[in-house]
Amino acid sequence: MKMTAYKMPDQHGKYGAFGGKFVPETLMNAITELEDAYNTIASTDEFQEEFTSLLKNYVGRETPLYFAKRLSEKTGGAKIYLKREDLNHTGAHKINNTLGQALLAKRMGKNKVVAETGAGQHGVATATVCALLDMEAVIFMGEEDIQRQKLNVYRMELLGAKVVSVTQGSRTLKDAVNEALRYWVTNIDDTHYIMGSVLGPHPFPQIVRDFQSVIGKETKEQFYTVENKLPDYVVACIGGGSNAMGMFYPFIEDQGVSLIGVEAAGKGIQTGFHAASLTKGKKGILHGAYMYLLQSEDGQIQEAHSISAGLDYPGVGPEHSYLMEEGRVEYTSVTDEEALSAFHLLTRTEGIIPALESSHAIAHAVKIAAELPADKSIVICLSGRGDKDVDTIRKAEGRAEHE
Amino acid sequence: MNKLTERFHRLKENGEKAFVAYIMGGDGGMERLKEDIFSLQASGADVIEVGVPFSDPVADGPVIQDAGLRALEAGTTLSTILETLRVIKAQVRVPLILMTYINPVLQYGVDKFALDSENAGVSGCIFPDLPLEEEGLVTGALSKTDISVIRLASLTSPEERLKRLAEDSEGFIYAVTVKGVTGERAELNAAELEAKISKLKTYTNTPVLAGFGISTPSLAKKVLPFCDGVIVGSKIVNAFHQGKREEVDELIKGIKGLALTVK
Ligand SMILES: Cc1ncc(COP(=O)(O)O)c(C=O)c1O
Repeated sequence: MKMTAYKMPDQHGKYGAFGGKFVPETLMNAITELEDAYNTIASTDEFQEEFTSLLKNYVGRETPLYFAKRLSEKTGGAKIYLKREDLNHTGAHKINNTLGQALLAKRMGKNKVVAETGAGQHGVATATVCALLDMEAVIFMGEEDIQRQKLNVYRMELLGAKVVSVTQGSRTLKDAVNEALRYWVTNIDDTHYIMGSVLGPHPFPQIVRDFQSVIGKETKEQFYTVENKLPDYVVACIGGGSNAMGMFYPFIEDQGVSLIGVEAAGKGIQTGFHAASLTKGKKGILHGAYMYLLQSEDGQIQEAHSISAGLDYPGVGPEHSYLMEEGRVEYTSVTDEEALSAFHLLTRTEGIIPALESSHAIAHAVKIAAELPADKSIVICLSGRGDKDVDTIRKAEGRAEHE
Repeated sequence: MNKLTERFHRLKENGEKAFVAYIMGGDGGMERLKEDIFSLQASGADVIEVGVPFSDPVADGPVIQDAGLRALEAGTTLSTILETLRVIKAQVRVPLILMTYINPVLQYGVDKFALDSENAGVSGCIFPDLPLEEEGLVTGALSKTDISVIRLASLTSPEERLKRLAEDSEGFIYAVTVKGVTGERAELNAAELEAKISKLKTYTNTPVLAGFGISTPSLAKKVLPFCDGVIVGSKIVNAFHQGKREEVDELIKGIKGLALTVK
């Protein structure tokens, strides 16, 4: 059951109508250079050898595909597998991408990088590879997120990165991207922008997807080794969409595999306090790409809301926007409350503390697993570990006062 | 020929350089937008560029970002700006251009935008996040009107790209003077800029204006010998916000005075 060969993006950096390069002229040359460098360097044996070797020996790949027996039994339906991206160095999938991009930047002769971060996971992963490769890192982070994720700020600083507090606009992730882009325009000659998700102007969504697709490739092989077939469902959470894209991409042509992306419904999809850009947004242009966005009638970008800082972004990458319109991937959403209860469920049944982002995928997977027979299988992309979220959860559940 | 092109012809005949004033539409409300336009017109600005506020203005520095936020808080939209311009159209002799990020235009509807802008007397548009590659999004609709799409050229644009930018350019070419965002600068690299602008001029007769970072007659003096005029933004936005109209008047007269002597 194969669909015709999937070849996206096209030569203009478009995924159907989505994507593109909507950036100021000053950035165009850097983007073109990046595209050329990516096309000529990333596929070479020399690059692939170093990348693969570091993924193995430094990041700790391959990550296990773990059969969650107790969770499956408790749910009482399909078999649930977890792709353990939480076991990567720095605790999330983000490092697959930062490592690839930093190696690329080095080969382009750029020794400085700029990045944005929301939860701090991408910032930490960027700071980490910069320490490893002796590069300078400047990380922009919204003032609000700095308050929410103090420990990650300190981790980045320990690693030698400079963290800049963003006080503009809504003081969260989208404003951090704005400032990182402004910084990039200003320091274009010697700086590379390590985009943290499948967002931004072409070629970023493609580069990030390709570097993350190691998740899906491994999953496919590992699942085949154990089950001698393909999984029936693959579920991943969606912030900007990088862990999901990396997981889905190798399965896109396998029509028999249902792919499901889970957005953050925050306080509820009807409340206006959510981050469900695909479910509730409209098409528009932000940060260089045409994609689904949360925005007002007159095109002003709105704030996203989620208990999980990593899903708190008012847009979803162009390729997801395309895959939704094509009907290849199904997108749904899960509330803060549902994510929290999935967080506890996995923690107690498997002894794995998941990131709040990943808890969204777990919540939805458990819902569908319960309705399925025992001969069906679901793979969840467990994009990160929850250590960073323990404090948020303690506060959300009102335990802070009882210390 | 539209008002903008006409103005450049006249400037050329008189041996003058252009002064383009940028203001943020709706900063201080719609009455202020009218007052700002009339006072710039009275001071002798050749072209007025009205900014449309956007929540995520990646090409702008702090002054214009703040002005945009104030405008949004005052309830400004693309639609209220166009309506205001339409109302004062008969009294405005200076060519007006709009500077807007592309998303508000997209949500407004590109065809309706083209039509309503024309009715509002707009003769040019600058889209800071719409490079050559993506221009097709608006050119279909705008080519049915008399409105020019003004392209930006940057210090980082390689020669082959400058050529493509220059070919079939309309209105004027906006040469971005710095690697960076809008905002006042103490200095700029005139030699680097001159090299780019001279290159552009080998490919086109379209006027080339320098903007971003120019805020004083002394900076203007450095660039005017090799370009056709300057665009001043942050300085004016700031002065109007602080109610210092006379400062803007002095600046325009200062630079226009210079422009007559440097050719
Ligand atoms: C653990 C984890 N999962 C998911 C995300 C969401 O990003 P994306 O949708 O790009 O995978 C983040 C972002 O910070 C994260 O830290």
